Amino acid sequence: MKFLQRSYIVLVFLLLYIPIIVLIAFSFNEAGSLAEYTGFSLVWYEELFADEEALTSLRNSLVLAVSSSLIATVIGTFAALGLHRMKSKWIKGSVNTVTNIPMMNPDIVTGVSMMLLFVAFAGILGTSDFLGFGTMLIAHVTFNLPYVILSVMPRFKALDVSLSEAAQDLGCTPSQAFFKVELPEIVPGIVSGLMLGFTMSLDDFVISHFVSSPDFQTLPLYVYNQTAHNVKFSMYALSALIVITILIILLVVNFAGSFGKKGGAK
Amino acid sequence: MKKGSLFQRLAAAPHILWAIMFIVFPMIFVLFFAFTDADGNFSFSNITSLSQYGHVFVLSIAFALIATVICLIIGYPLAYFMSKQSPRAQKMLMVLVMLPMWCNLLIRTYALMALLDNGGLLNSLLEALGLDKLSIVGTNFGVILGMIYDFLPYMVLPIFTAMTKLDPKFIEASQDLGCTTWQTMTRVIMPLTASGVISGITMVFVPSISTFYISQKLGAGKIDLVGDTIERLFQNPSTYNVGAAISLVMMVLIIISVTIMNRFSDDKQPGDPKAGKGGGIMP
Repeated sequence: MKFLQRSYIVLVFLLLYIPIIVLIAFSFNEAGSLAEYTGFSLVWYEELFADEEALTSLRNSLVLAVSSSLIATVIGTFAALGLHRMKSKWIKGSVNTVTNIPMMNPDIVTGVSMMLLFVAFAGILGTSDFLGFGTMLIAHVTFNLPYVILSVMPRFKALDVSLSEAAQDLGCTPSQAFFKVELPEIVPGIVSGLMLGFTMSLDDFVISHFVSSPDFQTLPLYVYNQTAHNVKFSMYALSALIVITILIILLVVNFAGSFGKKGGAK
Repeated sequence: MKKGSLFQRLAAAPHILWAIMFIVFPMIFVLFFAFTDADGNFSFSNITSLSQYGHVFVLSIAFALIATVICLIIGYPLAYFMSKQSPRAQKMLMVLVMLPMWCNLLIRTYALMALLDNGGLLNSLLEALGLDKLSIVGTNFGVILGMIYDFLPYMVLPIFTAMTKLDPKFIEASQDLGCTTWQTMTRVIMPLTASGVISGITMVFVPSISTFYISQKLGAGKIDLVGDTIERLFQNPSTYNVGAAISLVMMVLIIISVTIMNRFSDDKQPGDPKAGKGGGIMP
């Protein structure tokens, strides 16, 4: 029984990983073909790194991911605080529902809805060149917010109210009490919200697809454009690099011990 | 208890403002565009013209349902067997489930295409063996396979998480009380992991029904799903209105199905189809 179970696990994971392994293996194939393997070569990696566009889009992706996750974390943390303290159940409930809309909706609907908003704004302002970094930033902050709030909210709920009250009795203003007493307690939630937002932003393709312009391309958009028509082996190289980077990060996060225990997105 | 200070009461204000501007307004614009013509006059013509997209909706729903059911059939036993391994093995398997989730969808789809395409590895191998080529890319089967391949981890992770949270004492108790293995499975384990199944189903069904990259690549542009239709209609400003109408219908469809599904689940968790993705990274 144990053997059958293990065989099933191995089988499913093999099927899941064969395409990825093939992709990585053939990214080193000199021939640039899936039909024959002519030998190990880094030629596709050289082509990738010689491509100015690839490097620009990587930089764009990082700039966007850092800025959108930082903004979302600041807005989201304060939102979690405000919502936690809010007396009115009704407002709290409706804000939560609205916040979760981008999470419930398929990405394509979020993408087109934001695009329509920007189209309407552009119509009012009388401009046609409106998509770019700004619209991307707005969209990414918007879909990051629910993740930040979901990560931070439980920390507030676990917070002991008497600590803040004690601080205020001892002469802190409410904002001092927040920054000196409560903030340190919720930092792990903030950090995991930030990391979650960062990775969501880095990974997003669908929403970006609708609110971007060719002037500001992120890595997923670059991959999309490159793979639109024909097979490009430099994309195999790029994919291999991304897979390996993620594998290393996951292994470090999951097996490095203490760091992983502090976070916990949920 | 002290009353919340002004600072604390206003803390949520920026977020509320942001949510109104960039979540509520966009939704209103979807409604607005869906019920107006290109000149901005009120009209039902977009909604009535949807009948010509009926088959696209039917096809998308059918594909997404098939993919979801197969993911459940493959994923449930996988999650169950995974939960029976040693803690160390579980941790490693968890990383292996999450790795594809954190890799971009475009990359995974592209990888599958590299394997299955007409000039891909599978067909090269078949050819070398003197067998007939399999044309998978460009068929319905290819698109469904792509959905299963891309979204299977999203089914496995929440079910696996539910399995690991299951108290083994319940299983022991059921066995002590005379349940057969099958009865333990259907009467104890399945009901207690239902919430994981519900999030798994949502996390596979929603992206499957709305995808356009998978159908573009593995359908070789021959298969038109709702996602492809929306994507195409939003390329051209004159068809924004019909596109908005289709998006609206899809949104309503999904809200209805998610609501029905959550009825089945006792767990009062917020509907967060994607939260599992982050939920797992730092266990």
